[in-house]
Amino acid sequence: MENKREADSHFLCLKNKKGSNGVDIDFITQYAPMYVEAAKLTLRLGAIGILLSLIVGLLGALVQYYKIPVLRRIIAVYIELSRNTPLLVQLFLLYFGLPKMGIVWTSETCAIVGLTFLGGSYMAEAFRSGLESVDKIQFESGLSIGLNHSQVMRYIIFPQALSTSVPALCANVIFLIKETSVFSVVALADLMYVAKDLIGLYYKTEEALLMLVVAYLIILLPISIIASLLERRLRYAGFGN
Amino acid sequence: MKETEKLLEIRHLHKDYGEGTILEDVSLDIHKGEVVVLIGPSGCGKSTFLRCINGLEPIQSGEIFLDGENIIANKTKWSEVRQKIGMVFQSYDLFPHMTVLDNILLGPTKVQRRDKKEATAEAEKLLERVGLLDRKDAYPRQLSGGQKQRVAIVRALIMKPEIMLFDEVTAALDPEMVREVLDVMLELAKSGSTMMIVTHEMQFARAVADKIVFLDGGEIVETGAPEDFFNSPKTERASRFLHTFTFDQVK
Repeated sequence: MENKREADSHFLCLKNKKGSNGVDIDFITQYAPMYVEAAKLTLRLGAIGILLSLIVGLLGALVQYYKIPVLRRIIAVYIELSRNTPLLVQLFLLYFGLPKMGIVWTSETCAIVGLTFLGGSYMAEAFRSGLESVDKIQFESGLSIGLNHSQVMRYIIFPQALSTSVPALCANVIFLIKETSVFSVVALADLMYVAKDLIGLYYKTEEALLMLVVAYLIILLPISIIASLLERRLRYAGFGN
Repeated sequence: MKETEKLLEIRHLHKDYGEGTILEDVSLDIHKGEVVVLIGPSGCGKSTFLRCINGLEPIQSGEIFLDGENIIANKTKWSEVRQKIGMVFQSYDLFPHMTVLDNILLGPTKVQRRDKKEATAEAEKLLERVGLLDRKDAYPRQLSGGQKQRVAIVRALIMKPEIMLFDEVTAALDPEMVREVLDVMLELAKSGSTMMIVTHEMQFARAVADKIVFLDGGEIVETGAPEDFFNSPKTERASRFLHTFTFDQVK
C-alpha cells in the first residue's frame, strides 16, 4: 500500500481525484471553462491580428515588389524594427508608452496592434519571397498573350507566388498564435494569464500547466494539419517549368 | 519578295540601354504571309529587336506600323497590339500552375472573352495539329522541352495573331527535340502565316525563309533571299559570319 502511494506520487494518476500527488480532475473540470473563455479571447485577438498582418504583409510586399520609392524605404525600416524587437517590448510600448504621449488604447487594441505590427513584417517577407520566386519572364509571357498588368498578376503571378509563400505564411500563423501568450502583460485574460492566475491562487501548477499545454495544442494542431495539407496541394509551383 | 501588302513596317528603330546602343536605325518591312529570318552573332540585337516589336522593350526613337497604324504612340493599347503579334520565347515559359489546356485557354477566355467551349474546341484542334492532344490535361512539368515549346506555339496561335515572333525557340532544346518544333514552324510557314524568326539553325533558316535579315552590331548589315544570302553574301561581315558556321559544321 505504501509502495503504491509512492508510485502514484511520481506519475500522473488520473484515478486519484483528490490530494496533492496526482492530477486533480475536479480542479480541471471546475476551471476548464475559464480556459475555454481564455482560448476564445486568444483565438479572437489572434485571428484579427493575423488577418491584419496578412493585409499589412501583402501591401508591404507589393510596395517592395513594385519598388515604390520612399514607401519602399519606410517598409524596409518597419520590417527591421518589427522583426528585431520582441512582441513583449512592443506591447509595453503601446500599453505603457503611448499613454505618456496622450494616446490611451484599450488592452485589446494594444494586443491587436502589437500582433499586427509584429506579424505584418513576417507576412511581408513571406509574400515577398513568393513574388520574387516567380520568374520575370512569366510576366512577359503573360503580357505577350495580351493580358494586361492586373490580369497577369491575378492569373499568373499571384497563384504561383502564393503557393511558394504558403509554407512560410502557415508557419507565421502558428508563430503569431503562440506569440499571443504575452498578451497577459497588457492585462488581458488570455490562456497564459488564466494559467498564471490559477497557479498563483491555488498552487495547482501541474493542472494549470497541463490545461495550458492542451489548450494551445487544441488550437494549434488543427492549424498545423491544415497547413501541411495545404502545402501538399499547392506544391506544383515548386517544380519549375 | 512577295508582292502583297505590308503588315509590319519598322522605321529607324533605335534602342539603347543608356550606355551601349543595342539597335541602330533599323528599318524593315514585313509583308503578309512572309517568313523573315533574323540571323547574326550572339548579342547583335536580334532578340531585343523582336521584343521591341511587341512592346516588351521600350525604344528610344523610331516608328513601328502594324497594318498601317503606328504602335509606338503614347496611347498604344499594348494588350490589343499583342493579340495581333504572337510571341514564343526561348524558354517556353508556360504557366507551371496550369494544365496545358488552361495555359492555352487563358488568352482566349480572359483577353478575348471568347466562349470557353468554342475556345476549347479550337485549342484541341490546334493541339492535335502539333500532335499533343493526348497531353492536354498534363502540367508543363510533365512535358519534355519540345512538347512545352509546341504548347507555347499553340498558346500564341489560338489568339489568331497576324504575325508570329519566334525568339530562338529551339536554343534551349536537346538536339533530338529541335526537329519536332521546327516541323511545326515549317507547317505554319506553308499554311501562309506571317512569321519573324530568330534562330541559329541555318539549315532551317534556309528552308523556311522568304527573306534573310543579317544583323550585326545592332544594325541590319544585309538583307536577301535565302539562296543568295547563303551562297553569295554581299557583305564581308555576313560571309565571315557564315564562314564560322560552315567551319563549325565541317568539324
